[in-house]
Amino acid sequence: MAVTEQEILAGLGKIINEITGIPAAEVTPEKNFVDDLDIDSLSMVEIAVAAQDEFGVEIPDDQLKHLKTVKDVVNFIQN
Amino acid sequence: MSRDRVRVVVTGLGVTTPLGGDVASTWSALLAGQSGVHTLTEDWADLLPVKFAAKAAVEPTEVLPRPESRRLDRAEQFALIAAREAWQDAGTPKVAPDRLGVVVGSGIGGITTILAAYDVFKEKGWQRLSPYTVPMLMPNGSAGWIGIELGATAGVHATVSACATGAESIGYAMEMIRSGRADVVVAGGTEAAIHPLNLGSFAAMRAMSTRNDEPQLASRPWDVDRDGFVLGEGAGIIVLESEEHALARGARIYAEAAGVGYSGDAHHIAQPEPTGAGLRSAARRVLADAGLTGEDIRHVNAHATSTPAGDVVEAVAIQEIIGDHPLVTATKSMTGHLLGGAGGIESVFTIKALYDRVVPATINVDNLDPAVEVDIVRGEPRKLPDGQIAAINNSFGFGGHNVSVAFASI
Repeated sequence: MAVTEQEILAGLGKIINEITGIPAAEVTPEKNFVDDLDIDSLSMVEIAVAAQDEFGVEIPDDQLKHLKTVKDVVNFIQN
Repeated sequence: MSRDRVRVVVTGLGVTTPLGGDVASTWSALLAGQSGVHTLTEDWADLLPVKFAAKAAVEPTEVLPRPESRRLDRAEQFALIAAREAWQDAGTPKVAPDRLGVVVGSGIGGITTILAAYDVFKEKGWQRLSPYTVPMLMPNGSAGWIGIELGATAGVHATVSACATGAESIGYAMEMIRSGRADVVVAGGTEAAIHPLNLGSFAAMRAMSTRNDEPQLASRPWDVDRDGFVLGEGAGIIVLESEEHALARGARIYAEAAGVGYSGDAHHIAQPEPTGAGLRSAARRVLADAGLTGEDIRHVNAHATSTPAGDVVEAVAIQEIIGDHPLVTATKSMTGHLLGGAGGIESVFTIKALYDRVVPATINVDNLDPAVEVDIVRGEPRKLPDGQIAAINNSFGFGGHNVSVAFASI
C-alpha cells in the first residue's frame, strides 16, 4: 500500500529535524529548502539519502536539484 | 618592555580538557592535583599494549546540538566549544570582520572521521558517506568553522606541526596582529585522536606509557620511573588582541602575549635532538622577540611529556638559557598529552598562572630524575611573586618543531 502524503510529510519532517535541527512542525509543503529553511546543498544530499532509506525511493542527483520545496519532494516520493 | 611595535594582549580563554569542560573547572582540578587519566573500557583496548588515556571530561556531543555535532569531527567539536568559551570570556568583542582572524590547528586532524568513513565506504558504498566527510577530516576544519561562526575575514589559518601546533598557532596569531593584518585573532589547538590506530601506532614507536595497572600514575614527567606519554584529547583557544583595540573597548586583559621563538631541529623525524640545541635556540629567540631576559621569566609550563629522553633535554635547556629560578611545571602529568591541543591548553594554563599568580604542581614526581636541576613544582601549587613577571609555554613536535611562547603580566 502506498504511503500517504501526510506520512511522507511526517517522515520528511523527522529526517530534516535529525539532520538540520529544524523543528519538524516547520517542515510544511510550501517551504522552500534554501530560501525558507536555509538548508545547504550538502545537507540536501544527506536528506535525499535518508529519504531513500525511509521510503525506498531513489532521488537521482539530476532530479534532486529540481526539488525546490518540501511539496516537490513529497510529490516525487509519492509518484 | 616597551617596544615600538604593536603590543598584543590576551583577553579571552577557553578550554575543554580531560579535567573539565571549561577553564574554571579545569584550573581548579589542576590546582587540586587531579589526574584526568582513566582505564579504557572499550573492547579494542584488549588489542593494545596501552589500555588507558585521558578522555575529555565532558562529552562534546552533550554540549552541542545534535545537528551541529553530527557534521563536525570530534576535534572540531572540541575546538568550537573552546572557541565559544574564549569569545564569551573576551566579552564578545565588537570587531570589523576584516580585522578579525582565526588560527586554529590540529596535529592529526579528523582521523576518527577518516577511519569511520572508510568503514562506511567498504560496508555500504560511497553513497552512504556523509557529504560532510571531507570538511570533517580536513585539519583546517576547526579554523574554518570558527571563522564562519565569528565572521572572521582577515584570514583563517591552520598551522600543523604535530605537538607544537597549538603554540605555533598562537605565535602566528601574534604575528598577524603585529603585522597589522588583524586587530583580534582567535587562536589555539585541538585534538581528538583517542582511537586504537593512534594508540597502536604511538605504541609501535615505543613512545607511550604502558603502566596499565596504575593509569593515574602513568604521566610522570621528570620522575625516574617515567616510561612514555599518555594520550589526551580536547582543545585550548585564546583571544589575542592588539593592546590598543583591547584598551579602547575596556576589555579585561589577562596578560601580554609578549613573544614567540621558533626553531627546527633538522635532526630526526620523531626523536628529540639529544643536545637540546633546537630547544635552546627557541628559548633564546623567544626572549629576544619578547625583549625579556631569562631573569624576567618566573614560570615555565614545560612540554615535558613523560618520555625518558625528552624531559631531561628540555629541563637542561631551560636551565641553560633561562636559569634555575623559574617555577617549572608539567600539566601533562594531569591532562595527558593533547598533541596539537597541548600548546593551546598549556598556553591557557600559563596565562592563568600569571594572572592568578599560582603555578599548579606536577603530579607523580616521586623520585626526581637527578639530571633535572630546575625548580620543579611538586606536591602543592606554588605562588608566583608580585610585580612585573613573565612566563613561557614550551611545545615541541615530531618533525623537529620547537615553539616557545612568552606571556607577560600587565
